[in-house]
Amino acid sequence: MDRDIQILLGAVLGILVIASVTGALLSGRARSDSARQTIANLNARIRSWWVMSFVFGAVLVLGPLFTTLLFACLSFLVMREFVTLTRTERADHEVLFWAFFVILPLHYLWVGAGWHGMATIFIPVYAFAFIPFRRVLTGETRGFLMSTARIQWALLICVYAVSHMPMLLALPLKNYEGQNAKLLFFFVLTAQLSDVLQYVWGKTCGRRPVAPRVSPHKTWEGTLGGIGSTVLVSTCLWWATPFNPWQAALMALLICLAGFFGGLVLSAIKRDLGAKDWGGSIAGHGGYMDRMDSLCFAAPLFFHLTGFYFGTGMDPAPPEWILRVLGR
Amino acid sequence: MKRRLIAALARLVTGVRLLHAAPHGAGPAIYFANHASHLDFVVVWAALPAEARELASPAAAEDYWGRTALRRKVACGIFQSVLIPREGITRENNPLDRLGAVLEQGRSVIIFPEGTRRQDGEVGEFKAGLYHLAKRFPNIPLVPVHLDNLSRILPKGSLLIVPLIAQAHFRAPIHWREGEPKPDFLRRARAALLDESQPES
Repeated sequence: MDRDIQILLGAVLGILVIASVTGALLSGRARSDSARQTIANLNARIRSWWVMSFVFGAVLVLGPLFTTLLFACLSFLVMREFVTLTRTERADHEVLFWAFFVILPLHYLWVGAGWHGMATIFIPVYAFAFIPFRRVLTGETRGFLMSTARIQWALLICVYAVSHMPMLLALPLKNYEGQNAKLLFFFVLTAQLSDVLQYVWGKTCGRRPVAPRVSPHKTWEGTLGGIGSTVLVSTCLWWATPFNPWQAALMALLICLAGFFGGLVLSAIKRDLGAKDWGGSIAGHGGYMDRMDSLCFAAPLFFHLTGFYFGTGMDPAPPEWILRVLGR
Repeated sequence: MKRRLIAALARLVTGVRLLHAAPHGAGPAIYFANHASHLDFVVVWAALPAEARELASPAAAEDYWGRTALRRKVACGIFQSVLIPREGITRENNPLDRLGAVLEQGRSVIIFPEGTRRQDGEVGEFKAGLYHLAKRFPNIPLVPVHLDNLSRILPKGSLLIVPLIAQAHFRAPIHWREGEPKPDFLRRARAALLDESQPES
């Protein structure tokens, strides 16, 4: 195992121990009922973090095959929550069967095989066309656009976007061969730490809501404090990435911002569907999607920006002037 | 052991949670649920705690589940179902008598008072069977079970399972009240299943 990975996983272990000790100390000090509830939820969250960190750390060590399998399972679970909450019609049934049992496994087959050319277009091109093709065969026209759009969104968010995390493992980068597991670690840690620190800052000094109608618990103080401190922490991990310190800071900022907006977008969808949580599978957190929401939009952005600036340039190069404008 | 495994598998596929305790306490009960899918009886059965599950016999249509040896084995061997006829009912094969015989042995039954699977996700009017059973066994608690999303997992007319998350809401038990007329009781039972009224004290 890479020595860097050992250090990174060791650091996570340290953070978890500190979090658990803090949680235990706090639980003895809560006075009011609402404080006790908040602390109980906090401790449930920390316990879930232990499990999630262990699973993620284990697959990182076990290698790309297991990592891809884990994310395939996660895609399945979040799509299950997403489709359960959306209104689907009887005429969607067969299309949904294809989405869960054919499109999702095929897409992850391309991802696992490292065929990025196919993985990048399979859902936006082939599945995008197939879904309305199959749906139109049912002859049901009522709600046609909404129905097909819902299923296309479900696949794009839950399968396509999520799969860009395991795709990081096979992204060819300059002077970074065989080290991509650390890049995936950097991405997931930054996005999740941003969630955690936004929560911590928001709970301790959050006042002014940033988007009261979409996500009433998100505050300016929490968002800015959380993103700021995450960028600081993630920048300190530049040595494990293909980035230099200021590049790592910019990448961390991008992940945090995309994560923040991703969380808001999925919160808006959730509210539109009349739900508070996506599910109840992860104690203290809600459903799987409540944990993945900030990763969804950030993952493809991070994947492509990293590939564009730090990749080995396998794709046909864009014109010279575009490269000059974008600083590559 | 085999039954526990099948129940766990059914809960895994449908996302239905295992109850920690039967909603009526110990002893037999008449569970009645809305009906939208072939999976309905499996889900109610699988959600019950192991002791209550061992005691429960789902009502299954004889014309379907009794037709071949394999189906009969699944229905009666695994799920310990009571086969009840839907057509050609005579005094000899009265479904209420068969359910009554099971209850008299001290077992529970799972029944679907709408009589057939609905396709629109709504809960239809209840047929009279529930009333006759409730009147005949006034001391056995009637447990309403509201099933959600099962018609989206395995709808009528499809053999494909779409793995969505279903829910089985077990409501507070009700009883037939002495002298309560049939339409009133059936309306009250349906409201209890939909959780529209306060449970009786």
